[in-house]
Amino acid sequence: MNSASHYDVAIIGAGMSGLAAGIRLAHFGKKVCIFERHNAPGGLNGFYSLAGRRYDVGLHAMTNFVRPGVKGTPLGKLLRQLRIDRDEFALCEQKQSRVAFGPHGETSLRFTNDFAVLEGEVARLFPAQIDGFRRLVAAVRAFDDVSLVAPAESARAIVRRHLTDALLEDMIFCPVMYYGSATEQDMEFGQFVIMFKALYLEGFARPFDGVRVIIRVLLEKYRAAGGERRMKCGVRSIIAREGRATALRLDDGGEITADHVISSIGAAETGQLIGSDVQPPVQHSAFRTPPPSVPVGALTFVETITILSRQPAALGWGGDTIIFFNDSPHFHYARCEDQVDLRSGVICIPNNFDFGPGRELADGIFRCTCLASYSRWAHLPEETYRADKLRWYAAMQRSAQRFLPPPPAPDAFTRATVTTDMFTPRTITRFTGHLGGAIYGSPVKNRQGRTALANVYLCGTDQGFLGIVGAMLSGISMANYHILQRS
Amino acid sequence: MTKDDCKQVVLDIIADIAPDEDLSNVKPDVRLRDQLQLDSMDFLDIVMELRKRHGIEVPEADYQRLASLDSCAEYLTPKFTALGK
Repeated sequence: MNSASHYDVAIIGAGMSGLAAGIRLAHFGKKVCIFERHNAPGGLNGFYSLAGRRYDVGLHAMTNFVRPGVKGTPLGKLLRQLRIDRDEFALCEQKQSRVAFGPHGETSLRFTNDFAVLEGEVARLFPAQIDGFRRLVAAVRAFDDVSLVAPAESARAIVRRHLTDALLEDMIFCPVMYYGSATEQDMEFGQFVIMFKALYLEGFARPFDGVRVIIRVLLEKYRAAGGERRMKCGVRSIIAREGRATALRLDDGGEITADHVISSIGAAETGQLIGSDVQPPVQHSAFRTPPPSVPVGALTFVETITILSRQPAALGWGGDTIIFFNDSPHFHYARCEDQVDLRSGVICIPNNFDFGPGRELADGIFRCTCLASYSRWAHLPEETYRADKLRWYAAMQRSAQRFLPPPPAPDAFTRATVTTDMFTPRTITRFTGHLGGAIYGSPVKNRQGRTALANVYLCGTDQGFLGIVGAMLSGISMANYHILQRS
Repeated sequence: MTKDDCKQVVLDIIADIAPDEDLSNVKPDVRLRDQLQLDSMDFLDIVMELRKRHGIEVPEADYQRLASLDSCAEYLTPKFTALGK
């Protein structure tokens, strides 16, 4: 065996979960290498530059924010496990966010990083529901959401035991679903609990310079612990024999071996790597387990980013960090028929985090996310694709602005627009490899991260801890559970 | 290595794992879990840091012997001695 190409652990994907797993393993002396097909780390939460301007890929806010001194929450666990000082992330808190429902957001629930604000809003707007809401919160707090063996139950069914008002139910579900659910219309209760805590009981924050700060910290920890990384070098196939991965064939044609493989690329996507191993040179036995059939997620999104020459506050939009909106009698979180579902969405204004006195982002930034259809974007001819992007960009801005105060002049937003960018389900699949553009992966989560092969484990979105803090905890948990606790 | 040295080894590890905990008044005869916010992930890390830094193996069946600083010293001092430390 060539020791130069043998690793204790090979990790597929340099996103948040793969990097976190890598830090744990390298810290405890494992020889680790992360293989990343893209030229930049970060995966679904990366960053890029376009025409000299820097953008974050998808991250609106880091959820799970708690203030220093609050212990026993996911953020604290993550910092301890990765030996990160919380000052390294330099997180700045949101100002306030809202859930705005009705044709023009007539019913609006505010929430901040102080849970009492949301509780007060529910008591004010839905006085008959407040006792039920408090019972729901107690049930959420009591639930063991990091269990790797919890049974699956419908979150809608459990929430309805406590809340009888369908509008309030939908308003609570809307942010929770948009920020992490891979399931249409409903969620598994454990996933609901993770997201409810992450958004409402904990909160939103971001580093001043965005997601790149978090990735930079992770890369530095990983490098300092002795981890290796090969960029622009994806894994083309996993070669298996007798139910175990024996080697990884790389995009560059090379081959490496590893005792363990952790894959962050998704369950179905990992299954494809195993299944694509058509003519393995070392496979003498006929034994091969077919990839388990894991449904590909149905939920995908478009997001527009508008760079403004003015601070959003100058347009009268200085108050809200994130707005979750829906204009219809019912909130539909499902695969949509049209290219984009304009009925609901999320607005994020990154300028509206509290960066401290006199400190503001250089550009005004306005992001808007809506549900989209993968099949109606994936195979368009280039010219149509570009035209459709322009058309839907405009439609999304009109839709989103129904939920904001009117700007000082009707054309103020257009006149302040410096440049725009937009990602579609096609962009997601192209840059992250996620089938169907499914940012949140498969609706079927696999808490123990097991695959058809005994020494290949999943981490990341399909393992089922959500959000970027969840993604990192997923990598940590799988590295601990499958490798560090056993050696 | 004395028992006090041994307690210091454990405290040094906890200080690195959980820098947000105040370790200035840890009572040696009280369970660490009862005076500090340490979960099972943190205890696993104490075990793994003992192996990484000092070459000491703590099998899973013995984890409960790391409950307090006193019990850590009782359990770990002979292990350090056996390694010539």
